[in-house]
Amino acid sequence: MSPTVLDPRVAPPFPEAALPILRNAQLRKNVAHATDVIQAKRAVLVAEKADWQQLRSAAASIRSNVLENLTAYLEEFESRCTAAGGVVHWARDAAEARSIVIDILREERATEVIKIKTMTSAEIELNPALQAVGVSAIETDLAELILQLGDDEPSHIVAPALHVNRSQVREIFARRMGLSDLSDDPQALTAAARSYLRRKFLTVHAAISGANFLIAETGTVSIVESEGNGRMCLTLPQTLITLAGIEKVIPRFQDLEVMLQVLARSATGERMNPYTSLWSGVTPGDGPQSFHVVLLDNGRSSILARQTERQTLRCIRCGACQNICPVYRQTGGHAYGSIYGGPIGAILTPQLMQMQHAQSLPYASSLCAACYEVCPVKINIPEVLIELRAQVVDQERRQSRRWFDLMFLGMKAANFAFASSLRFRVAQWLGRIGSRVFTRKDGWIHRLPSLGARWTVTRDLRGLPDQTFRQWWTARRKEDR
Amino acid sequence: MRASLFITCYNDTLFPETGRAVVQVLERLGVELEFHPGQTCCGQMHANTGFRAEAYSQAKRFVRLYQDADAVVIPSSSCVAMIRDQYRGLFADLGDSDLRSQFTALLPRIFELSEFLVDRLGVEDVGAYFPHRVTYHASCHGLRGLHVGDRPLRLLSKVRGLELVPLANMDRCCGFGGTFSIKNSEVSSAMLAGKLQDVLSTRAEYCTALDNSCLMHIGGALHRQYAGMQTIHIAGILAGTEASSAEPRS
Repeated sequence: MSPTVLDPRVAPPFPEAALPILRNAQLRKNVAHATDVIQAKRAVLVAEKADWQQLRSAAASIRSNVLENLTAYLEEFESRCTAAGGVVHWARDAAEARSIVIDILREERATEVIKIKTMTSAEIELNPALQAVGVSAIETDLAELILQLGDDEPSHIVAPALHVNRSQVREIFARRMGLSDLSDDPQALTAAARSYLRRKFLTVHAAISGANFLIAETGTVSIVESEGNGRMCLTLPQTLITLAGIEKVIPRFQDLEVMLQVLARSATGERMNPYTSLWSGVTPGDGPQSFHVVLLDNGRSSILARQTERQTLRCIRCGACQNICPVYRQTGGHAYGSIYGGPIGAILTPQLMQMQHAQSLPYASSLCAACYEVCPVKINIPEVLIELRAQVVDQERRQSRRWFDLMFLGMKAANFAFASSLRFRVAQWLGRIGSRVFTRKDGWIHRLPSLGARWTVTRDLRGLPDQTFRQWWTARRKEDR
Repeated sequence: MRASLFITCYNDTLFPETGRAVVQVLERLGVELEFHPGQTCCGQMHANTGFRAEAYSQAKRFVRLYQDADAVVIPSSSCVAMIRDQYRGLFADLGDSDLRSQFTALLPRIFELSEFLVDRLGVEDVGAYFPHRVTYHASCHGLRGLHVGDRPLRLLSKVRGLELVPLANMDRCCGFGGTFSIKNSEVSSAMLAGKLQDVLSTRAEYCTALDNSCLMHIGGALHRQYAGMQTIHIAGILAGTEASSAEPRS
């Protein structure tokens, strides 16, 4: 298989990227199994909350209030965090964020850095940039470690190695850790990872984390995780750099009451996630003594400026939309060509790319709306998908190649036909005549040319009946008279 | 009671028997049906593919055509969802205040077929007879767009002779998604493969739904595979009686 590309600027379009994955029976089984398990757990824990819909509404309104007043909350966070001994940096784009991180690590003379829970670092392609300046990044989240050692890429927001099963993990660990007699027993695998990572926790003095929440009121940063490896990263090193998208802020400490409930239940199907870390600035003699927060824009302000699309930034990265999505179920995350896959990725990635790349992603959905139903912050993903599709079509309208695009021409022709019932009846007649040559004796069409072949690749189509409904209706009325 | 039938463009062209079945059921229940000859399409295909301006012109056409109707019955949940979920946004961006107020007045008079039967007519037993083993697929737009709930199942459970078999993962999309089935033909087919497994394991004779679009997708694959199961729109089942058996679909 060709190496996975998670850079939307160079990744192949979704339908093309999906093809090799659809033929990968092992990966599809892994994805279907893992998402079934998480979904079943989520369903039980959501059902036990009689006020689940109110919780969703509360979470949605907390997050949309943040987006309406983002500047004020970010400035509040900056001043509280600074007062507590943290240093806040603002990064307009990926390049600025990378250079801020590299400068801090240079100052600390770091040659290694441990990392935890940071998708934004993948978004800004931090690891290769660090490597280029002689700093090796070590992923400490178990799933991220599996991927790093296996030269693989994340495929899910919460469970990045969801597409890998344990016999594959065994193979990767055995090969990369030199443990030829390692078994695929989960305990043996985690023990191997544990002793590998312990050495790193005890010897590396700098860490990079992401953030689940930035609390404006107190300048606190919060990370939730399941393994405790995050806790190690957040407490053992001397220097800690937190990289967070500007949308991650929430107003008050008390908002965690709602957010942590909806996040844990939606993400992992747990009442409470095992490790919830909260820290504010620096505490002398305890934990990192040098603490930096890098607030990353990287296209987020332009999303914020658009009415319908703004809700995209409510996302709290729970992955529930991925687990329920029937498209993601078939393809997993890699087909989306971005660190953010699944329904949320289909709307977030093209927007982060300012609609200049990843234009196939808004079409990577059947609009079944299962994502909207499970979203704990009520992002109407289908609505945003349709809005983005309209932007893609508006781009097409300005391109001369549209006159060679059969889908575009078909849509224009259909619109012409739908504008009057006379035209529509003529189109129906033409369709009936034109399809005759493809219709077999059994009355069905088994093979169509051109775009139609994309239907008949796996599906027959019943031939057009001799009489449309309106012809029947008219004939019946005449008989009545 | 009077009602106007909006048959939808694809039912008109590809599935006229569904329209005939709707007429049969509703007239049997005493509804006086009209059919506006000017009707074409609700605009769903254009809207969902990103052709907003085109969708708008069709939406405007729909509202103008039906503004005086007592009730509009539509045997397609996705077309009703288009009208309920997307017209307002299209008119807010592209329309004028006249159009917006006409639409607001019309909206409560728009019904999907099962809604019209259960909510407007207050009928669950439509006097139908359909002596077959049937499974029901919950079309996404009916389920999550219109929240039709168990209305279709209540209607089916009152059909004499009908044996209703539950469908595993009933609420999972079949992979049609309009132009999705063309643009992402292979992923769409992979989704369909999963749906077929569930549908076939019911060992039903018929798979039914509120939307012929899903059924065209599922039925197209059943036919390709010589699977020995047929699809039928729910109207086709509700139309059958002991005196006049339901029209075979194909």
